Order: sequence, then structure tokens, then C-alpha cells
Amino acid sequence: MTGSKVTTLAEAVTAHVRDGMTVALEGFGHLIPFAAGHEIIRQRRRDLTVCRMTPDILTDQLLVAGCVSRLVASFFASGSAGSLYEIRRRVEQHDPAPLETEEYSHYGMYCRYEAGAKRLPFQPLLSYVGSDLPALNPRIRSVESPYGEGRVYVVPPLNPDVTIVHAQRADASGNTQLWGITGAQAPAAYAASAVIVTVEEVVAPEVVRADPNRTLIPAHAVDAVVEVPGGAHPSYAQGCYDRDSAFYREWTPISRDRESALAWIDEWIHGTADHAGYLAKLGEQRWDGLGVAPAPSGSVSYGRRKQ
Amino acid sequence: MTADSPGQGGRSSTADAEFTEGYTVDTADVPPHSAEFLATVAARELAGCRRVFAGVGLPTLAVDLATRTVNPGVELVYESGVVGAHPEAMAEGIADSVLVSGSEAMLSMDALFGYVLQGGYVDVGFLGAAQVDRIGNINTSVIGDWQRPKVRLPGSGGASDIIASAREIVVVLRRHDLYALPAEVDFCTSPSPARAGRQEGFRQPPGAGVATVITPLGILRRPDRHGELELAAVHPGVSVAEATENTGWDLRVRGDVTVTPRPRTEDVRLLREEIDTVRLYLR
Repeated sequence: MTGSKVTTLAEAVTAHVRDGMTVALEGFGHLIPFAAGHEIIRQRRRDLTVCRMTPDILTDQLLVAGCVSRLVASFFASGSAGSLYEIRRRVEQHDPAPLETEEYSHYGMYCRYEAGAKRLPFQPLLSYVGSDLPALNPRIRSVESPYGEGRVYVVPPLNPDVTIVHAQRADASGNTQLWGITGAQAPAAYAASAVIVTVEEVVAPEVVRADPNRTLIPAHAVDAVVEVPGGAHPSYAQGCYDRDSAFYREWTPISRDRESALAWIDEWIHGTADHAGYLAKLGEQRWDGLGVAPAPSGSVSYGRRKQ
Repeated sequence: MTADSPGQGGRSSTADAEFTEGYTVDTADVPPHSAEFLATVAARELAGCRRVFAGVGLPTLAVDLATRTVNPGVELVYESGVVGAHPEAMAEGIADSVLVSGSEAMLSMDALFGYVLQGGYVDVGFLGAAQVDRIGNINTSVIGDWQRPKVRLPGSGGASDIIASAREIVVVLRRHDLYALPAEVDFCTSPSPARAGRQEGFRQPPGAGVATVITPLGILRRPDRHGELELAAVHPGVSVAEATENTGWDLRVRGDVTVTPRPRTEDVRLLREEIDTVRLYLR
């Protein structure tokens, strides 16, 4: 058991996220690390390369706030909720500036993290034969299989300077447990030089060790642990609170106009001191509306040697 | 999956009175371009399918309807890692918490894309698209110039992975015109086996590509894996000429072209009263 890595979000971002870095903020529609992204906005980081399979509203906000110069991603919309207009303005009209993008399919992006985590020179996949994606993205290349079955496409490792994930719980040393949709969090963490984990709750080591199968990111891969209840809002944390679908719909008209998007960033991010302030501004009524009914997993027994 | 039998011909709307007591809707008022109509036609495509990989948007609605009508046993797989979903409410997207609670398995994305998809377990991949061309290439990336696009579309997501490995792909289009069905796509995000086959020297992916395209005017199917999409059915009130004139290539019309059966009253009731009660997809 290592020492405590518990810190504040402001300190964790100050210590690990610097201008010009490559930052992975993972979470596939679930457990999106919004609070950490908002803190990056508050600290006015610049020139970041942001990596996210699904950019989601978080990336649109980071772009509006001027933090991002490059985007590595595999889907450029907000699921069923519609377009991300800041991304579209940047790509379609170069307004206010062009955005450099590096585009993959979901599995291609996932394989980049896998190769990064495993320190492999590349990872092959069955996708892209006949697709225009390799012509658009010269980092998708092909190799001849040494076993004689023809060429296969490969993607290069992705090794972020820092990976930030949100999870339901971790202990103070960083053993991180998450459930529900687990996305690319584990390989993105192992691929990175530094890892910040924000959690709904910091729990005692005994809680983690009573259910070790649920630990997807062990302490040895984690540098900072921050307790940030509600840290995934407006996305969700399975079993804790549901997605704020109303906000996802609201972002479409907000982001459609750049001035209103900037005003939103000023009011909701720069206008609040931290995530607790953001949640207070959101109000108890709205938060209560996101509550979920309990659906416990039951439990399994790991057993122990009889004394 | 019965690729050559459009619709469930035996289920006429007059035969469902016993299912729809207290609910009346004139299904003649449900036009072919409506989400209700398209979702019903799409759901019928899943009759007999064991396992479906459902994409974002209308496919979510269609698979929900299919589990309540033509195929209660179909296994729903989502790219978020959900296997065997049993949602208690309509999913607002493929990463919705309702897909997770009560599902049969939650896999890592490596297991989902690597083992389930590339491993050959997916019978039907169900996708939306902006453009599909005559040999079934899909564009979900850009309209116009690649570097300075007229419209920036969402991109691949899982689509180009799904098309490489699913046994067949069903696409639902929200429009049927020269823009949505060009002779050749502006950008090929997700390639047909015919296009993949032109890349010589490559290990060819096992996926069979787009077998069916459901549009607001009719249903397009292809004769075989490398064939061209043909007009197999037109929706009620749509002429064959209207479908061919709004297609960007010389669309071949099958000799046995049929008229799509209308949604049953029960289909429309399920979609409106039980599935999409918040009118997310039924706009």
C-alpha cells in the first residue's frame, strides 16, 4: 500500500497539465471527466492536444475556451443529442481558427491506446480496407503480415502526457473501481506518463479489497486522486446519477452561436470557483432530478483460507 | 434474416384490432418518410436475426420495436460494451445507463470490438448514414472537399469497424434524393466488399457489407455481396419512377418489386405510447 495521493482538483491540474501537452480525457458517453475538463478551462491551459474517442460536449467547451489546438478522436458529434457546433465552426469555416484533427474509427482509436499501454510499435485491426480514412489520416498505415495472409492496417501507439478519468470510487492510494460502460479508461491510463483520477467517492482500502475484480486501474498507474462528487455532470455515473439529457439538448442552441458559447463558459466555468460552485449554481432541484433508484449488484464471495 | 422478403406481408393493418383496443390511428396518416414508418420497416428486417449491433439514432428505435414485435429474442449489442441489453426505457443513445442496468454482460470495448465483432458474432449491423452509393459504400464523414468540407459529419464512430466484420449491414436513410444516394460517395468512411476487394494484396475483411437500404421512398437490396443496390420495394403511394428519379445512378428495378406493407396500428401505438414517449426520435 503506497501513500495517499489524494489532492484537490486545482492542485492536480496545476501539477500535471501544462500548456502544449497531449491530454486524454476518456469516458465513453459515461463517466466523462467534466469537472477536470472545466478546471483545465479555469486554469486557462493553452495549445493542448485533446484525445477522446467521442469528443462530446466537453471537447466543444474546451475548444470554445481556447484550450485546444489539436483533436484526436473517432466521432465528432454528440450522440443522439446533435451537432457540436464549435467543432463544426472550426472545421468547416476555420472560425475563429482552423482545428487540426486526427481521425480514426472507434476501434482504431482504442487500439492506439492499447498499443500505447503495451509499448508496442503498432496494433493491427481488420478495419479500413477500401476506406478513405487512411488517405485522410496518414498515420493509419499497413504492413504485410509476416504469416502470409496479406496486408493489414495498423495504428500507432498513443501515449498521452496525462490521462484523466472519472470513476465511481478509488482508495487514497489510487486503486480505481468503475462499473457500467468502462470505455478506454484502462488502456488510456496505462498509456500515459501521468494519470489523474477523479471519483465520486474516496473509499477505505478495505472497500476496494473486498471486491478486487472491480479495480480496472490499480494504484501503481495513478498519480493523483481527487474526490469530486458529481464530477461527470452533465454525463453520468452508473448507479450514482443519470445523464442530464436536458443539458445535452440545451448545448445545441448554446454552441450554435459562438458568443453565447463564450458567455456560457464565462458564467458557468470562470464564474464558479470550483466544481462544488458549479453544482451549487446548477441547483438542488436540477440535481435531484438526475437521481436514480438503487439497483444493487448483490455480491459474490471471494472466500478466504480457514484459519 | 430473410434478405429477399421485404416486410411481413401477412400482417395487414386490419388484422390487429385485438392488439390495439382503445387506440386508434389511421395508419394511412403515417407517411413513409416518418420515423414511425421507417422504424417499423427497419424492425421487420430483424425477423430471424440472432444478434444485432445497433448504431446511433433511428436504429435504436427500430431494435426496440423489433424486440416487442417480430423478434423478442434478438440479442442487442452496442459498441459501448453492452451485450444482451434489456432496457426498461428507450435508450437515448448507445451509452445510456438503461442499456447497462439489467443487461446480460458488460464487456470492455476491446472485448466488444475485438472478440464479439471481429470474432464474427454479429449477424446484422444497423447503421444510419448521410450517403450510400450504388455498391453500398457509406459516407458519414464529410460532404464536399475533405480539407474544407461543406458539412462536417460525425465521422466513423464504430461504423467502419462494424462494416468490416458484421455478416450484413442494414442502413436507414432519412432522405432519398441525389444527395443521399449518389453514384459514388464524396468520402468513403465505411467501404463495401467490392471497394475493399479493389485494394489488392490486403487481407480482405469478412464483413458482407450493405445488403439493405431503407429510405423514405422504398427499400434497396443487392443481388449478392459484390452487386449493385436495386429497387426491391416502394412504400405505399410512391411510384417506381419517383424512386429511380431521386437516385443518383441508373437504379435497376427488380422484376418482382413490391409495395411495402404499412405499419400496423400496434406498431405505431408501441412507438408513440410505449417506446419514444419523449419524442426524441419521433419528431
